[in-house]
Amino acid sequence: MTERPTTDDVVVDLRGVSKVFEGRGQKAARVEALSGIDLSVRRGEFISLIGPSGCGKSTLLRIVGDLIGVSDGTVMVNGKLAREARLAREYGMVFQAPVLFDWRTVQRNVELPLEIIGRPKEEREARAREMLALVELGDFAGHHPWQLSGGMQQRAAIARALALDPAILLMDEPFGALDEMTRERMNLELLRIWERTATTVIFVTHSIPEAVFLSTRVVVMSARPGRITKIVPVDLPHHRDVETREMERYFELVTEVRESLRGSEGEAVDLRRVAAEGLSA
Amino acid sequence: MSVVAVPAPSSGVTVASTLRGWLLPLGIFVGFLVVWDILVRFLGLPQFILPAPSRIAEAWVAYLPELWASTTYTLVEIIAGLIIGSCAGILMGAVTARWVGLRESLLPFAVAVNSIPIIAFAPLLNNWFGLDSQLSKAMVAAVLCFFPVMINTARGLLHVDPAALEMLRSGAASEAQVFRMVRVPSALPFLFTALKVATTLATIGAIIGEYFGAPSLSIGQYIVRYAAFLNLERSWAAIVFACSIGIGLYMLVVAVERLVMPWHSSFRVGEA
Repeated sequence: MTERPTTDDVVVDLRGVSKVFEGRGQKAARVEALSGIDLSVRRGEFISLIGPSGCGKSTLLRIVGDLIGVSDGTVMVNGKLAREARLAREYGMVFQAPVLFDWRTVQRNVELPLEIIGRPKEEREARAREMLALVELGDFAGHHPWQLSGGMQQRAAIARALALDPAILLMDEPFGALDEMTRERMNLELLRIWERTATTVIFVTHSIPEAVFLSTRVVVMSARPGRITKIVPVDLPHHRDVETREMERYFELVTEVRESLRGSEGEAVDLRRVAAEGLSA
Repeated sequence: MSVVAVPAPSSGVTVASTLRGWLLPLGIFVGFLVVWDILVRFLGLPQFILPAPSRIAEAWVAYLPELWASTTYTLVEIIAGLIIGSCAGILMGAVTARWVGLRESLLPFAVAVNSIPIIAFAPLLNNWFGLDSQLSKAMVAAVLCFFPVMINTARGLLHVDPAALEMLRSGAASEAQVFRMVRVPSALPFLFTALKVATTLATIGAIIGEYFGAPSLSIGQYIVRYAAFLNLERSWAAIVFACSIGIGLYMLVVAVERLVMPWHSSFRVGEA
């Protein structure tokens, strides 16, 4: 059983992060997407963000990745501001859709990040081959994305995200569009990749079992405004496999996360009622 | 691995299936000509109303050299117009896609240009660029091609998967890289659709321009002249040439399209 090389070295540090989307036009709806988020992620951790729809978990992921800015608070990544970290290519991103380009082969899709930073052809090809081998797509390098199944496409997207050996892998419901069987297999493969690359992962999901199975910590969020209501440390053995899903502790943790989610949803409903009463008064 | 993958498509369609695909339309076309010929002869239609296809074919053979000379003359105008109009359209489309402010101020002008009836505009263009010059007809063709190419280029460049833009942004790609790596490939299907329309429009434009004045050995003048002399089978023979130009250019665009974007979903065999 391998121990995770988790250290006290903080990779992502969020302090007092909030995000307000100012409505535009006549029906200006001001949405408070995130409020008072504090979170530290240590190197080598696997963090899942889970919460009801509209709790701002995808927004939080995009704030860490500097795809959207904060309204308040600070986001430090590897000791840099999020923007500097993005420009230094410290991120690999995987979205719900694989976002592969049909006009490129699988190999050349994986080469894309290396092409952006202008690496020579031989280096690009060697690195892409290495990454495709890691996600077990070595035999499909010359295929086009539309010739692959959904799970394989998502593996290619993971290979692309890892091409620059990023400090952090940001994943936004990457397996949300896959069927349950494929999803469980992809979970196992993601853990294997994570163990081999020792990268830090922030993972957004709707699925409680997925969050518990994958993570070192599960961050439970509530909606409107999005807040962190609870952080559940997952004390399952570090090396996880099919049998992990049958352990008693696994079920306990799933229940714990489910109950925290239920609590957070209740709170969200209350907040909405308060807001509605405030408007009618 | 238990994950199913579709094998790479083989050479694709076989010669036999291609022939089968052509046989039916060809048969229908020949049948149509035969019925036309029989109807004209049995109803005793005068040739100035509708000449029989066999008469048109006779005229086609008898006047081949002058028809061919007229066709090449007009073809030069069509191709020049297609190039001028498409290049201007691609350029304007790219500019309006890149700068929103320009899009809002230029689009009304483009719409205005597009809504001018070309019949009204063609004599003016003849006046500006010379009645007997090929350039004036090319400009009529260019005006017609411009709008669809511009609109489709702009749409294609803007019609990009937002997730693709996020993905490139997270990789800190420059704007030029985003343009080259995702916007241009995303715009190609739109551009080729526009070019297919443009080939037809350019053919129409050049011939209309010629109606208002051109050397006698041009398709437009040839049609008008022999229609006036009631030598309708010679006009019809010229129309057949005009159709061939349109079809030929269309097929050329389709061939280039397959060459440039073989990855596109419309050309796939055995899709996942």
